[in-house]
This record gives sequence, C-alpha cells and structure tokens, in this order.
Amino acid sequence: MLKDITMGQYFPAPSVIHRLDPRTKIIGLILYIAALFTAKSYCSYLVMVMMLACVIALSTLKLKMLIKGMKPLIIIIVFTAVLNLLFTEGEHVLVQVWKLRLTLEGVRTAGFMLARLVMLIMGSFMLTYTTPPMALTDGIERLLSPLKKIRVPVHELAMMMSIALRFIPTLVEETDKIMSAQKARGADFETGGLIRRAKALLPVLVPLFISAFRRADELAVAMESRCYHGGEGRTRMNVLVMKRRDWIALAICLAVLGAVIALAVFGL
Amino acid sequence: MSTVIRTEGLTFAYEAEEGTEAVPVLKGVDVTIEKGTFVAVIGHNGSGKSTLAKHLNGILLPTGGAVYVDGMNTADEELLIEIRRRVGMVFQNPDNQIVSNIVEEDVAFAPENLGFPSEEIRRRVDEALRLVGMYEYRTHAPHLLSGGQKQRIAIAGVLAMRPECVVFDEPTAMLDPRGRSDIIAILEKLRQEGTTVVLITHHMDETVGADRIVVMDGGRVVMDGTPRQVFADVEGLRALGMDVPETEGILYELRRRGCDLDLGALTPEECVEELYRYFA
Repeated sequence: MLKDITMGQYFPAPSVIHRLDPRTKIIGLILYIAALFTAKSYCSYLVMVMMLACVIALSTLKLKMLIKGMKPLIIIIVFTAVLNLLFTEGEHVLVQVWKLRLTLEGVRTAGFMLARLVMLIMGSFMLTYTTPPMALTDGIERLLSPLKKIRVPVHELAMMMSIALRFIPTLVEETDKIMSAQKARGADFETGGLIRRAKALLPVLVPLFISAFRRADELAVAMESRCYHGGEGRTRMNVLVMKRRDWIALAICLAVLGAVIALAVFGL
Repeated sequence: MSTVIRTEGLTFAYEAEEGTEAVPVLKGVDVTIEKGTFVAVIGHNGSGKSTLAKHLNGILLPTGGAVYVDGMNTADEELLIEIRRRVGMVFQNPDNQIVSNIVEEDVAFAPENLGFPSEEIRRRVDEALRLVGMYEYRTHAPHLLSGGQKQRIAIAGVLAMRPECVVFDEPTAMLDPRGRSDIIAILEKLRQEGTTVVLITHHMDETVGADRIVVMDGGRVVMDGTPRQVFADVEGLRALGMDVPETEGILYELRRRGCDLDLGALTPEECVEELYRYFA
C-alpha cells in the first residue's frame, strides 16, 4: 500500500546492529566506505567481504531483502562493469572483436568495480534498514552540531528533514485522493506518451501544492502553540548515549580501515 | 474564582492588501474565562470565533484592545512562551499538528521545547498518553492511526505542557461520530481534573455539558450565559443562523403549538422528564 512508503526502508528487529547508536552507524559507514575505496587487492577485498558478512549476519536481516533492494540499481551496476570490462587498456588480450579488446586487466578491474559497488550499496542498506528515519536525523543533527559554531543551521535542517519524513505518507495519501477525484471526473493518467502523461499530472500537482502550503501554515501555528522557538534551550526525551558496544563497533571499523590501508601500503 | 483569560475591547482586522480596506473580524470582544470552567464558544462561519481562539495564546495579536493570560499581556513578546505553556491549543486537523513519525516523540515535542530534563519529559509524556487513552500506541506511527486517535495524540501533545487552560478550535470537525464522542469524553475528564476548557464549535450537542456558552456573530459577543439560558432563546439563535440541540427543538415546537413546557431541558433524559411532567 502507498501508505507504508516511509516505513519501507526500515526493518525493525531486535539485533545488536539495530541497537547501535545512529551516530556509530553513520561513522561506521563512512569508515567502511573509506576502506572500500582504499582496497585494491584480493586480500583486502576479502577483509571487506568478511566485515560486511559479519554485519549482515548480526543484523538478522535476510540477504533476500538486501538483494531485492538492489534491483533498481542493477542497470547502473552492470553498465559500470561492462564499461570497465571493455575500455580498460592492458597487455593480456583475451578476445578481440573489431576494435573492442577484452583484456585480463579489464576483467580484473570490472570484477573489483562490481564488488565495490555491490558492497557499497549493501553497506548503506545496513544503515538505512536498521535505523528508523527519525533516529537517523537525530544522529545527523548530533554529529553536525559542531558546525553550529560557524552558524550552520544544523537544528533547523534536521527539523526540516524529520518533518519532511513525517509528511511523506500524508502527502502520498492526499495525492491518491486527488487522483481518484480527477479520475472520477474523467482524467486519464494511464495512456498517451510521456508528455501527455506529464501534462495529465499537472491538475494533480496544483491542488497538492496548494494543500501542502496550507498544511505548512497550520503546522507552523501548531508548533508555535507548543512553544517551539528553534533549537535554543531545547532538550530531548530520548537522549542518544554512546554505550560500550558503540565504542567497540567503532574500534572494529577503524581496525578494518587500518588493516586495509596496511595491506595497500605493503602491496599485498 | 480567579480569571485565566481576559480580553478587553479586543478588535482585530487582517492587514489590508493595497487598494482594499482592512476587514475587521473582531469588533470589540470582552470575555473573561474563569479558572476551572468549561466555556463553549459558538457561532456560524465567519463569526470570528476561530480568530478569537487564536488570540488566546498570542498566535494573533490584537489590532486594538488587549488579551491577558493570568495577567500577562499577550502582546509582550518576552512572555509569549510562558503564555503558550499555560494556554494550550488543539486545532481542527490532527494531521497538521503532529510533528513526529512516532507517537511518543510527538507528545514529547512541547516539553522538549520547554527544555525539561529527559526523565521529566518521559513522565509527562506517559501521563498525557494515559489520560487520552493512547498509552498502548506510544511507539506507533501516527499516520497509521484513525482520525480520532490522531486527534487524541494531538491533545496529549498539548497536555504534556500541563497547561492551565486548553483551547479546542473545532477539534471534532474532521472526525467520525466515534472519534467525536471520544474527544468530548476527554474534554469532560479535563474539566473534572480542574483544567479550564474553551471549546470552539458549531456542534450544539457538544456544548450541552458546558458551564457557559458564548455566542458570537459578526465579530461580537451576542449572547453569554449558561446553556439553559442560551438555548432557551430559540428564536434568537435561529435568527443568527444557528440551531439548538434537538431536545430544545422538540420542546420549542410543542410550546409554540400551545403546550406549557419549560425550555430548559438539555439532555434527552431531562427532555423526557419535562414531557412526562406535562402530559402526566
């Protein structure tokens, strides 16, 4: 159902990974990506695969779900791999058709690229699948809070993000209603070319935008009525606390990055 | 009895666009709301009742006259947060009042804004959710709840401030009958606990339990009294384009046809008793 759209990214489960502080997961993901781009050898990739496999196993999420989430990205992944396969210069030519040369180096690069992309996406999924959107914005706000000193409106940005998340299902529902109303009066959204269909959407977008502005206005009044006056002096009910497991998780991520760098330095 | 809210010669006009004259919405309203009472404000669309409501916690500021909350002038910007903490406000559309994806985090919004420590916020949130009967739903996502349930969350979000007075601006207008009666039950509960309740509505039936009814028309207060007094003036209300509760309507029609009935029965039970008294 359209209503379930925001929850679609987050799969609740009682795992260690779910219980980690969102900040740990964000920093961990950054370290993981850094390691992924440093990794150049079979050996270092093996380390990365093992790390990812451990995280997936600990998260208790089904591998099937991760693969399903990857479907929309398959074209990009395959495209990148094919480009690397065909256009990498190298000495060991395996097959040559007209001007296209398939080299051993090409196969190697394409393989690494494929692995890197898949692991990059799976790693990001481990963040978004195990962290509720609200916790994620909370984590981002806390991580970026030092930027407040140079007048970056961190609290406002986080508030905007969480309100946007909160209103996605409301607006989706509303779009549904408007479209039904238009269909009842003979609007046609399904046939015709791209331009025709885009044009048919215009009468949906106009009322949607008007109502969104009205909602924004009412929400602002309701928020002010509840004493909202920006981030200053605001406290939180659920305060994020780094626990021992968070520090351990970060240490492991750092160790993996260190190991991958060491492997790259020694050329293994 | 002490006064919670007092308006003095309150006038308000929306700012005029160029070339047009400012349209006055409130033309001198004097209302005092006593502590612990349940006051209903009725009037048809455009009577200025919602505009009046928005003045009670400083969302709108008077163009003339003044509004005092516990003696604090709402025009004083320094006092605004304190005024809003004391006078909570619940609006018509529950969807447009909820800020968070998780019920308990939404209820926590106001106390978080007020800067309470975490345990205190937790205590207030649990208390408010229990009062509106939504404690079991605290970790749910609001958009999957019914309209009435969402409105109860919105009320809990206001109650978490522990306000002295809660102003309800047509809280049941978008709800089904079940949701409506739930909200009215909560109003009754609040009143019993000593919270001052101001209910803006156009459902006459919802005002039957009020201590006092204020009738507005054309930006002025035209009637002010107990439900018995106000609803006894059936002609006056009908002239203003408003209806009376069904019980009053029946008694009024019978009286017009020559039965000597008293026009003070508000609940169906009272109405039956009155009819029984007359015909027996």
